Amino acid sequence: MPHDTLLLVALALPFLGSLAAGFLPTHARNAAAVLAGSVAVAGMAITIGLYATVAEGAPVQFWLSWLPMLGLDFSLRLDGLAWLFAMMIFGIGALVVLYARYYMSREDPVPRFFSFLLAFMGSMIGIVLSGNLIQLVFFWELTSLFSFLLIGYWHHSASARDGARMALTVTGTGGLCLLVGVLLVGRIVGSYDIDQVLESRDLIVQSDLYVPALVLILLGAFTKSAQFPFHFWLPHAMAAPTPVSAYLHSATMVKAGIFLLMRLWPVMSGTDAWFYMVVPAGLVTLLLGAFIAIFQQDLKGLLAYSTISHLGLITLLLGLGSPLAAVAAIFHTLNHAIFKASLFMAAGIIDHETGTRDLRKLSGLYRYMPFTATLAMVAAAAMAGVPLLNGFISKEMFFAEAVADHTGSLLDDSLPYWATLAGVFSVTYSLRFILGVFFGPPPVDLPHRPHEPAHWMRFPIELLVLICLLIGIVPSLTVGPALATAVKGLLDATPPYYSLALWHGFNLPLMMSLIAMAGGVVLYLGLRRYLESGIEGPPILRDFKGQRIFEKVLATLSWQWARAAESALGTRRLQPQMRIVICLAVVAALAPFLANGAVGTGDMPGTPLPPAFALLWLIGGACALGAAYQAKYHRFAALVLVGGAGLVTCLTFVWLSAPDLAVTQLLVEIVTTVLLLLGLRWLPKRIEDVYPTRPPLKVLLRRYVDITIACALGGVMAFLAYCLMTRPLTSSVSRFFVERAYSEGGGTNIINVILVDFRGFDTMGEIVVLCLAALTVFALLRRFRPAPESIRTPEQQRIQNAYDEASPDRSPGDTVADYMLIPRLIMHWLFPVIAVMAVYLFMRGHDLPGGGFAAGITLSIAFVVQYMASGARWVEDHLRVLPLRWMGLGLLTSCATGVGSWWFGYPFLTSHFQYVELPLIGKMPAASALLFDLGVFALVVGATVLILIALAHQSLRSSRAAQANEGSD
Amino acid sequence: MEIVLSIGIGLFTASGVWLLLRPRTYQVIIGLALLSYAVNLFIFAMAGGGLRVDAPPILAPGGVGDSTAIADPIPQALVLTAIVIGFAMTALFLVVLLAARGRTGTDHVDGREPDR
Repeated sequence: MPHDTLLLVALALPFLGSLAAGFLPTHARNAAAVLAGSVAVAGMAITIGLYATVAEGAPVQFWLSWLPMLGLDFSLRLDGLAWLFAMMIFGIGALVVLYARYYMSREDPVPRFFSFLLAFMGSMIGIVLSGNLIQLVFFWELTSLFSFLLIGYWHHSASARDGARMALTVTGTGGLCLLVGVLLVGRIVGSYDIDQVLESRDLIVQSDLYVPALVLILLGAFTKSAQFPFHFWLPHAMAAPTPVSAYLHSATMVKAGIFLLMRLWPVMSGTDAWFYMVVPAGLVTLLLGAFIAIFQQDLKGLLAYSTISHLGLITLLLGLGSPLAAVAAIFHTLNHAIFKASLFMAAGIIDHETGTRDLRKLSGLYRYMPFTATLAMVAAAAMAGVPLLNGFISKEMFFAEAVADHTGSLLDDSLPYWATLAGVFSVTYSLRFILGVFFGPPPVDLPHRPHEPAHWMRFPIELLVLICLLIGIVPSLTVGPALATAVKGLLDATPPYYSLALWHGFNLPLMMSLIAMAGGVVLYLGLRRYLESGIEGPPILRDFKGQRIFEKVLATLSWQWARAAESALGTRRLQPQMRIVICLAVVAALAPFLANGAVGTGDMPGTPLPPAFALLWLIGGACALGAAYQAKYHRFAALVLVGGAGLVTCLTFVWLSAPDLAVTQLLVEIVTTVLLLLGLRWLPKRIEDVYPTRPPLKVLLRRYVDITIACALGGVMAFLAYCLMTRPLTSSVSRFFVERAYSEGGGTNIINVILVDFRGFDTMGEIVVLCLAALTVFALLRRFRPAPESIRTPEQQRIQNAYDEASPDRSPGDTVADYMLIPRLIMHWLFPVIAVMAVYLFMRGHDLPGGGFAAGITLSIAFVVQYMASGARWVEDHLRVLPLRWMGLGLLTSCATGVGSWWFGYPFLTSHFQYVELPLIGKMPAASALLFDLGVFALVVGATVLILIALAHQSLRSSRAAQANEGSD
Repeated sequence: MEIVLSIGIGLFTASGVWLLLRPRTYQVIIGLALLSYAVNLFIFAMAGGGLRVDAPPILAPGGVGDSTAIADPIPQALVLTAIVIGFAMTALFLVVLLAARGRTGTDHVDGREPDR
């Protein structure tokens, strides 16, 4: 496979794996673990396979045109730096998967865990492989989302939910800042492509937008990498399952921020702004994290704060701006990932086997799990920076860089002291971890009796510790080449001279290391009493919690301010809202006139007015006004009047050359009326006259205001309509449709050709809307509880039933059957007639008024008429109506027609047509659009019938309910 | 003709808007129906070339159409869609109205009677 495709595979594999894991059965622990493990190993294999190419210096690239007009392409790019990160993500990912297989309990839905983990892995890979800044931000946000899901995996625990929410809020907000920052960079450079950005250092640094862009990007990186003052989310994320912590807080998530800083380091660092923003943040985080870590009573809390501290160290190194410091940063990133992953896993084993992570309870575990203890000790020593281990070498590099001169400022001059102090702290907390957990008296009342874990659960730690040792003893043989490649990827230019070796002679950094180690031991001994007192948290700082500030800010923003805004601006009442919406609409419509000057009526010659048309609209206007007047108390009258208004509209369409509209309007009118009639059955009568005398002044005032608004709006609409009708429309696409309807669409009915051919995609969307509306109606009515007043059988039915029951030779229902005898007969006979009519309307649709919509509604009327004639029970005994199938079939047919054109190499919904000669019927248009129209037809039948039947069935249901009630009485 | 149609549109709009602002759900549904007639007619009336009598947008078979001789098809196609969507909306709203009446015991648009 070519290299660029391999990149895409490496990115896609975790996501595909995640999808597959999501479909596994809930308790398929082994299958999910094998799947996740193979994905990680395969990803690692691909990454290793690409090393040779990357090491030559040219990044491997994959490129796909996406939105070229916006300068956005989907591009993947693997250089040395990305290679190192990808190795960490896949490698530690594979070990975490193995570990999680044993850590996760059988009861947990483990496939979901692995699904999230894989998706997270994919997002991380997406970040490091992105060849384009926008794409990077996209994957960045994905990591925030999936880390939210991972941290909140045990969602029954409140602390997990809070931790997850906090992590998402902080990193998500940072991600938004990053997006804006990246947009600014894109604006400065004129491209989002990372290669181009990396070549534009001068452009970026000299731009006026440099500082804002830098601040925003740093906000993104600092929130992700838990830099002070955004560090508080990380300890709370410890509520996650330990494998998640081991993964998120060693090799991934928090390293995403570091990666971003490194990625943009060549073009953004080295300025005063960079130095004075990044170095202090890193320094404070380094010291504060290490200091707080000493005082943690929770094992994972200690590791979390030490992670914060090490991230601070890396940030500080990047802030210094010298190439050597950047080398140290990369090296320490790798080392930290290795020893911290193993330490988290060790903490997880201790938690798993003893049932607690509380340092106050844990003690003397060495005698129960000597093997794990030894491994943890080595890893902790690496964290403390003890010689012969990987942490020592990168720490020496850090000390050397702290001593070196950069800007000569006070901050720079004091760095060696701060660095040594941080070293002291890290030795102290590492000692605390080891001595507190593994040594001392045997533990008392632990939840479980401790013992060594399953061997494969320990295996990842063994491997990682082995790597710690190998890197620590023979760095240049093990990690040297990969580090050199990464440095080349980062710095582009010739890398600085550095030597990876254990022994550099007696120099200042070594002295600092020795001081730090001695100081750490002394500090530990000095603090012993305080630590054993069991107080959680460090002195003084204990009372000052980032979490509390965060919660306060959140509560103020999302609760207090929101409430204040709601009570000041909002209302829960619909009427004022409607008034505002309508007035806003009027203002929006008037704005262009105010801006461009008023327009008068046009000068197109009017159409002569036949008296009948005026009469028609006299009726129409009266109907509308009548409906408006009657709708409150006389609903049926209002319904009839609205029907009148609809008919007037329909006749207007006939008059003004719109036969298709007239047909559809008439049919829809019928169905709507039936529908509303069915609805009226469930709407209890309104008691007339709520106000016995005169409505109060407030109500009257409201009515006057509403009348004014209504009249004003009506006047405006009338005026606008008149203006429009009297001026010619200068340009329109109509000509296109008119000229090509026949030659390209194969139909003479332009409206139908537009609907099913030229604008077929719109129609597709429309039938989907219809389908959704019908399904929603159906779903709402399944749990429908009518108003209690309307549950009884209607008055008329009661009278009829009483009459039937009174006469001995009649049974209930006879009277209505008698009434309906002749209409029913006619209506039954009408079924085939209407059905043929529907087919006719459908067939001629392409050439003459008609088409799928009209035909569909016609056929549904045929069904509804049967229901009206004989009731739901009779119809369903004699006729199988399956509206859901009609709808499904219709939607499928339309889609298939659209997809069918792909088969012939045309875009979606391209239609083909020809005329065929059919015996008896004659020449028939046989466009593929006809098939599409058939889908529309079936869907409309299904949807309309579904809506009507669902409503009609309510009377059956409630009569059943009434009978059940009587039975129980 | 134009003046009559525009007055008609105005009347439909005014009645519809008035009902839309009323407190009872049934009034609102009737108002929506009237307002959709008005809007449909309004869009329909925007046809280029003005109102046409006896000129439906149907071509003679085999020919290239002359856009000046027949009514503008685009507004008609738009309105045709609007009619069907309007039906779906009315159906949905009706069911919501009935469910709200059953659940809240009132047909006030706010789901509760106003405090007087």
